Amino acid sequence: MKRIDDYAIIGDCRSAALIARDGSIDWLCWPGFDSPSIFGALLGEGAGCWSIAPAGPSRIERRYLENTNVLQTRFETASGTLRLTDLMPVASEEEKRRFLFPEHEVLRIVECDRGEVELEMIFEPRPGYGSKQVRIKNAGKLGWRMETPVGLLVLRSDLSSCTAAGGRIRARALLRAGEARHFSLTLAEDWQAMLPPLGQWSRQSVARSEAFWQRWASQLVYEGPARDLVTRSALALKLLIHAPSGAIIAAPSTSLPERIGGDLNWDYRFCWLRDASLTVRALFGLGYDEEAKAFVNWLLHATRLTQPELRILYDVYGKKPKPERTLDHLAGYANSRPVRVGNGAVDQLQLDVYGEVIHAATELVRREEELDGDTQRMLCAFGEYVCRHWKSPDEGIWEPRSGRGHNTHSRVLCWVALDRLLELQRKGQLPRAPAAKFVENRELIRRDVETRAWNPELRSYTARLDGDRLDASLLLLSWYGFEKASSDRMRQTYARIQEQLGAGRGLLHRYRTEDSPGEGAFGVCGFWGVEYLASGGGTPEEALHAFEQLCGFANDVGLFAEEVDPATGHALGNFPQAFTHVGLINAALSLTERMSMERSRAEARSPARTAPGARP
Amino acid sequence: MNWGGWLLWGFVATVVLTLLMAGSQGMRLTRMSLPYMLGTMFTASRDRAKALGFLLHLISGWLFALVYLAAFNSWGRSTWWLGALIGLVQSLFVLTAGMRLVPGFHPRMASEQQGPTVARQLEPPGFLALNYGVQTPLSVIAAHLLYGAILGAFYTVP
Repeated sequence: MKRIDDYAIIGDCRSAALIARDGSIDWLCWPGFDSPSIFGALLGEGAGCWSIAPAGPSRIERRYLENTNVLQTRFETASGTLRLTDLMPVASEEEKRRFLFPEHEVLRIVECDRGEVELEMIFEPRPGYGSKQVRIKNAGKLGWRMETPVGLLVLRSDLSSCTAAGGRIRARALLRAGEARHFSLTLAEDWQAMLPPLGQWSRQSVARSEAFWQRWASQLVYEGPARDLVTRSALALKLLIHAPSGAIIAAPSTSLPERIGGDLNWDYRFCWLRDASLTVRALFGLGYDEEAKAFVNWLLHATRLTQPELRILYDVYGKKPKPERTLDHLAGYANSRPVRVGNGAVDQLQLDVYGEVIHAATELVRREEELDGDTQRMLCAFGEYVCRHWKSPDEGIWEPRSGRGHNTHSRVLCWVALDRLLELQRKGQLPRAPAAKFVENRELIRRDVETRAWNPELRSYTARLDGDRLDASLLLLSWYGFEKASSDRMRQTYARIQEQLGAGRGLLHRYRTEDSPGEGAFGVCGFWGVEYLASGGGTPEEALHAFEQLCGFANDVGLFAEEVDPATGHALGNFPQAFTHVGLINAALSLTERMSMERSRAEARSPARTAPGARP
Repeated sequence: MNWGGWLLWGFVATVVLTLLMAGSQGMRLTRMSLPYMLGTMFTASRDRAKALGFLLHLISGWLFALVYLAAFNSWGRSTWWLGALIGLVQSLFVLTAGMRLVPGFHPRMASEQQGPTVARQLEPPGFLALNYGVQTPLSVIAAHLLYGAILGAFYTVP
């Protein structure tokens, strides 16, 4: 069985595919991230895949070409070596004005580097999450054509031995050192299909894509621990950004289980507002201002249809996702049923999203942006909504399906909402904000949290008001500025969280409740722990140690899923997960900041530095 | 051509169409604003785009009215339902062909093929402008039906 961390992602910022170590594309949704899959073998046999690999056994290594989202898999066999390059070709907007590109394309190039290897290709598209067979028509030099509900699929290749039968194209060929074969799969939704030439054009596509990604990666401003992994996280996050709208999806997959064989299987191909402020911080922190601004722009405008109420998740254009349903014809990853599409959490109440969205807007203003009149009115309306509703119970950040409660994290985020609105008002961005009302409610919320969320017997903040359970999201209290990381309360809370939620090697469970028994450690929570230590809750050495331990759970190409199985270190849940990569980036940024601060302090204290004649 | 009738009823019909579209936005039925879309072709300032766009929308409403009136003149009569019929055709044209073409010439609108480069741009409307909300086609059709009906009901063929 393939593990979740056996996969790697390629994409073009409008759609994505997951490719296994064995060279099989087992997940591809076209035309959009949340469209039905064309290849869905990830979630059940017979749901479609596209495999290119040696016919016999091989030793496999893979990597992304440096600072790109172009994947290269190397198959070492007894008789020779095959190199498979996978990508969704990308180009700058300027290049798109000069050349004609297909609407959607997956390009695969296989080359024999040494000896000779028998290559086998199996192409088996099954649109509609594996529910539909396709009729394959041989159009000669124009390729193999397949009409699907979402448009025309065309597979073109310079491999001459392809044969089609039973909705499948197969081919075998012997490749000798120096030989290469090219495969291009395109989808034409509504316009005439554009069929890119193979050979030279394919190589130019790879070069163009490499150059694009390397240019993009070179904008990254980060010099600190695990730079390669931070760069990979940025590149993975970029693939989850929907370029036409600026939205960021949580993950490109659905129903990868949080517990193998269990039913904690959810569709993550949507945009969650709860990740907003942390995501914006990560993007700005790495120097990706355009992506950050486009995301905040999306947050403020795609949500207009529901304002001042906010849903907890939207599709990339701000619409409500289709109702959640199960796909009973699919066995699920490792028999983890049901496979769900759509997300029923959309109707939940999550009060923390107000703080998230307002904080994200504040980040814009902190970077000298001005708010227009409509946005000012909208933010004030959010503030009014928070004043009216902060006392209400909600589902909270983890969206349990067991009911509502008075969640500490949500209440603190209501405090954040009003606190940031008052900051905007002080900066002259919200001249009509009812400041007195916001101040009064902000203080009431603080008092409420300080008295009811602190459990003196446990000596910790608790997940819910008047409760006795812990939650890793409490580590964020200091990040949001509610309480100093070095305060006694936060130190004690951190200690209790480590005792009760720690899973070893820096990993943390998000909580321990009956809502999701047996799930793995939650990837982002471990990084929150690092961030807490780095921001004053511990020493830089402690933070660095925890950070390095957590980095060790990345897969061979630097990707993280939502969760980690503490027993095996394997990935669990949807993959790759934006939130985990955002957590890694933010932890790295905080750690670097702290280390640089400590260095400056040490230099200031050092007598050698101030002594006359001392070496610089 | 009854020029006085064109000036008066072209203006009234455009104002009513704008009100209905703005009302649909206010009621959270759609995020589409034609004046805003027009204004952002010339300026990136949101507030200025709205004002400029309103002016441009008014002028284009007047100009479009000429097509309606030409049809009424050629038929030798104008009725509310004939106007509404032309409004229906126009709204379907706007929703199907028009909206899909806008990203091609709008300098501040992303296309469905945008990417990976991200920029703060208007999102593309998509087929039937559904990206701006699932009820967008209904509000566009209703606004254009009313626009045409007003022209048809009140314009007098000379």
